[in-house]
Amino acid sequence: MLFSYSLKRLYQTVPTLLVISLFVFSLILVVPGDPVLHMLGYVGEDLQAQQFVDKQVYTQMRERLGLDDPIPVQYARWVARTAQGDLGISLNHRVSVLDIIVERLPATFYLALAAMLIGVVVAIPLGIWAAVRQDSWVDHFAHGLVLFGIVTPGFWVALMAVLLFSVHLGWLPSIGYTPPQQDFLKFLKHLTLPAFVLGLDIAAGLLRYLRADFLEQLRQDYVRAARAKGLPEWIVLVKHALKNSLVATVTVLGLDVSRLLGGSTIIETMFAYPGISYLLLQSIYARDFPVVQGSVLFMALIVLVVNYFTDLVYAFLNPRIQYGKA
Amino acid sequence: MAKREDVAISLDQGSVAATEKSFGKTAVDLLLNDRRAAIGFCVIALAFILAIWGIHLVPYDPSEPNTVVRFQPPGAAHWMGTDEAGRDIFSRIVAGVQVSLTVATGAVLLALAIGFPLGALSGYAGGWLDALIMRITDGIIAFPTRLLAIALVAFSGASIPSLWFAIAFGSIPSYARIVRGEVLGQKEREYVDAGRAMGESSWAILVRHILPNCMTPVSVRIPLNYAHAITAEASLSFLGLGLVPPTISWGQMLSKSQSYMEVAPWLAVFPGLALASLILGFVLLSDALRDYNGPRYRTARKIA
Repeated sequence: MLFSYSLKRLYQTVPTLLVISLFVFSLILVVPGDPVLHMLGYVGEDLQAQQFVDKQVYTQMRERLGLDDPIPVQYARWVARTAQGDLGISLNHRVSVLDIIVERLPATFYLALAAMLIGVVVAIPLGIWAAVRQDSWVDHFAHGLVLFGIVTPGFWVALMAVLLFSVHLGWLPSIGYTPPQQDFLKFLKHLTLPAFVLGLDIAAGLLRYLRADFLEQLRQDYVRAARAKGLPEWIVLVKHALKNSLVATVTVLGLDVSRLLGGSTIIETMFAYPGISYLLLQSIYARDFPVVQGSVLFMALIVLVVNYFTDLVYAFLNPRIQYGKA
Repeated sequence: MAKREDVAISLDQGSVAATEKSFGKTAVDLLLNDRRAAIGFCVIALAFILAIWGIHLVPYDPSEPNTVVRFQPPGAAHWMGTDEAGRDIFSRIVAGVQVSLTVATGAVLLALAIGFPLGALSGYAGGWLDALIMRITDGIIAFPTRLLAIALVAFSGASIPSLWFAIAFGSIPSYARIVRGEVLGQKEREYVDAGRAMGESSWAILVRHILPNCMTPVSVRIPLNYAHAITAEASLSFLGLGLVPPTISWGQMLSKSQSYMEVAPWLAVFPGLALASLILGFVLLSDALRDYNGPRYRTARKIA
């Protein structure tokens, strides 16, 4: 049954994939000016550029890129190439875009993992505690943390953290990255600030959800029954209420991956942390359009895959839903 | 005994008066009884006033360099200090409200203008058109919206219209879905059947009867959308993808402050506080509206 649900859910990702591909493809169409002149290094409005460019080189390049074909033909060709893993060649580095992206993946992966971990470790105990002691100081603190997370943009929190921990106290480096296999302690030091800033955002989102959901669970009959049976309170909370709350928590966490990738764009850039998001921004500044297209596509695909598995985990944890309906 | 027409007229007037009163009453009720609504409303009103007249009220010219007073810490002459060119930070923050609100207002209106009819069409027409519109919105939702805005602005270049579109794009689905859900719910109500029985066209039923009922959930969503749009504009400016000087924006000021963290930390503090206060105003208003309209709309609260 779960298998058939997973197939049905897979089928549902097709339209999404279509929208993503159309969007990423059309990015290149909204660039003002001539794409060939762009690739030759001339900025959009520079109309005089045309007279400096060799006519033959220009036509050759237009032909090679197939820019004179109708747009649907260009789109089909682009999809066919992309499906084979060919994301094109970087204009600045002259190497395959896919290779550049794959090289940046581990750094982003570590950051996302660390941020999620921090988010979960902060939000789950605090969420439970706040729900159990409703309207106590813990609850108010949790509420304050949630509001703080919503109201303060991540990059400003990062600025304040750098100001305090790097500039003022000098405890942590404000920029850079060291691979973990090279020097683990240095790796952790570089990871700490960006991971905490992103983790705080995750924690706030999760906390808001978990507290409300946990309050709901505590009012349910099964909790009363468990208490009436004389089970110790912590078993009631952890084994019964928390287990049920986790179903929803997984979904929120899955959705957070999309937020994380969006939010990390700014955080990776601020900390000069060499993940995919930083690559994306660097390529935007350098007007390296194939790399921009490639990394946007890659991030969207990651979100798609994560959302897919989140739904499967959700269906698995909560057998009441959906997959019978398939 | 009153004639039938009279009764109908008086009933009509009664209902008009009731709705008018309840709308005015709603606003007053909310402002008087909910502290969050009152604070949120004051912050937002102040921001709009400053966006329109602020430039005439500030103590210094926000763009005029004055090298004599570079990097002045906050004090009596310059409440929030001065920057690397000796410009007054307080004046610059007041001037920056304009960009924030112009971009956010445009983005919210644009998202509403596209999402609202799309949702109404989807819900009312049903069938393949509904399926198509919903699949497209699914596609947009699956996309990381901030990434979307960055990519759009990066490729099309920063201008006010491109920022409007880039920021609005990601919030179109939420309006479309809210309106679609409401229309689906209202479509089956008796008053719709009554309208149809009286020979009103589908169009008239949709516009005159169904859509006014969608206003409540949409109005809860608007302040939240504002908060999101303000954050998005500041983030884009911070990344150097927003409007360029001489336009003053908070994100841009914060971005610049990174170079002077050691000598002038106040450059990083005050624009961020301004940003957080404005966002807080919208979030508080949104929370108050949501609670006022009952638990049905609690799920609407999600900031991207």
